Amino acid sequence: MSVLVFIETEDGKIKKSSREAISYGAAIGEVTAIALGSVSNEELASAGVNGATKVLHAADEKLNAGLIQPYTEVIAKAFESTGAEVLVTAKSSLADAVVGRVSVKLGAALASNVSELPKTDSGFVVKQSIYTGKAFVNTTLTTDKKILAIKKNAIELKTDGAAASVEAFDVALDDALFGAKITSSEKAEGDVLLPEADIVVSGGRGLKGPENWGIIEDLAKTLGAATGCSKPVSDMDWRPHHEHVGQTGVKVSPSLYIAVGISGAIQHLAGVNSSKYIVVINKDEEAPFFKAADYGIVGDAFEVLPKLNEALKKALA
Amino acid sequence: MNILVCITHVPDTTSRIAFTENNTKFDKNGVQFIIGPYDDYALARAVELKEANGGKVTVLNVGEAETEPTLRKALAIGADEAIRVNAFPSDSYFVAKQIADVAKQGEYDLILMGRESIDFNGGMVHGMVGEMLGLPSFSPVMVLEVEGNTAKITREIEGGKEKLEVNLPFVAGCQEPIAEWKIPNMRGIMSARTKPLNVVEPTDNTKLTEIAQYELPAPKGAVKMIDADNVEELVNLLKNEAKVI
Repeated sequence: MSVLVFIETEDGKIKKSSREAISYGAAIGEVTAIALGSVSNEELASAGVNGATKVLHAADEKLNAGLIQPYTEVIAKAFESTGAEVLVTAKSSLADAVVGRVSVKLGAALASNVSELPKTDSGFVVKQSIYTGKAFVNTTLTTDKKILAIKKNAIELKTDGAAASVEAFDVALDDALFGAKITSSEKAEGDVLLPEADIVVSGGRGLKGPENWGIIEDLAKTLGAATGCSKPVSDMDWRPHHEHVGQTGVKVSPSLYIAVGISGAIQHLAGVNSSKYIVVINKDEEAPFFKAADYGIVGDAFEVLPKLNEALKKALA
Repeated sequence: MNILVCITHVPDTTSRIAFTENNTKFDKNGVQFIIGPYDDYALARAVELKEANGGKVTVLNVGEAETEPTLRKALAIGADEAIRVNAFPSDSYFVAKQIADVAKQGEYDLILMGRESIDFNGGMVHGMVGEMLGLPSFSPVMVLEVEGNTAKITREIEGGKEKLEVNLPFVAGCQEPIAEWKIPNMRGIMSARTKPLNVVEPTDNTKLTEIAQYELPAPKGAVKMIDADNVEELVNLLKNEAKVI
């Protein structure tokens, strides 16, 4: 089966979730990847490690920002010119905005939040995470062309492939596709991106104020983790909205989620219930979050976190 | 300003999720249905824009007759009229096609909806509608200001946000903090009863996916409690039992 994978990059590097998408593609067929905007050839060739045979590169600088309509055009063209049957992408804020358009352009059935490899013994059936992680649905895609958006941290990375070949992919883009002008963009520098993170340390109202976030950040640094927060914390502007984990914020699926001073409202749990392991630290032993946790500590965050940080440093040294 | 707001009719966020008929149907027993939380933000912003600029808000749902109380609630919040496309929304392409066909019947300056529904969480319908109508689409939109024929929007990107300027009309998938949710007042609830709610039949029955079967995740094991004075034990468990560090 011929598979096209859409690669997203961040600071010139292929995102881990895109490497997962390549690994997924390699498990079902022969993978050509498509990357947009400025990225080094060397970085693109490294997509081969995860199973891509070839990487098409639309290097036009106008594509450095994730513009929805131009991206749609390039990805659809790449799909057609490679004769692909399946488009695979990581589920992300950008991919969500783009692949719905691509699916209409191609007349391709689309499945989002895919958490396992497809079953193909009778039709093409994929398992999707739904109800914000509270259930799954097995869905049959009935068209010849198919698009799969893969849930983050759900697929094991393939790491034993050889370097991919990189080819320029030039698409003439109509100016009308660039009708939306980006006037500014802000990005947290150097941090681990929350939706991509393998470990997340989150703080809630129990931290008492934004000035106390140092203990969360220290622990995150020791673990190479991203930091998150509960909805009240983001509503009170203690932390930016892109760190809000929950039903109406970011849904994460890390290997380890550490919740500090978060009571565990059901809307928060909806954002973390795909985590492999959950640690809850809360001074209230009645906090509902303990019921959803694998490991729990009843205690004061201001005492437990520094001790835990020291113990982790020692263990990881 | 003429705004179309597309809403989903979904289980309340605190609902216990269960299935019936050999895991092929959602179990509605005891479940309260609400306007999708993201759609509710879109609706609130649409009502604010109408109050500031004049115009009309039309609310649209693709669903069976049971979704009408949810549409009435949207009317109580401040939409002027409602349209229900009489069909079960089982496939995102199908839903997008119904929305696009309704949108073609009106001169809408904005087509707003939530960034995703909270039942299927696909987050794909806004893009599909945009492509079907040949309009730009943006998601997730957290700020939307309109001045004359242009809009300033802020879109969340992973780890940050970007600001854009774009001409109307366009499609936007919305999320907080675009507006505060509105709670209907008594006047709104009374007036909602007499506002028009039109039912139309689907224009096209093309579906690209079929639901085979639902599944529930494996139940979680019991929590292991660790003494606050023994954080080394937690480190040991994370390292040797969970193997996540």
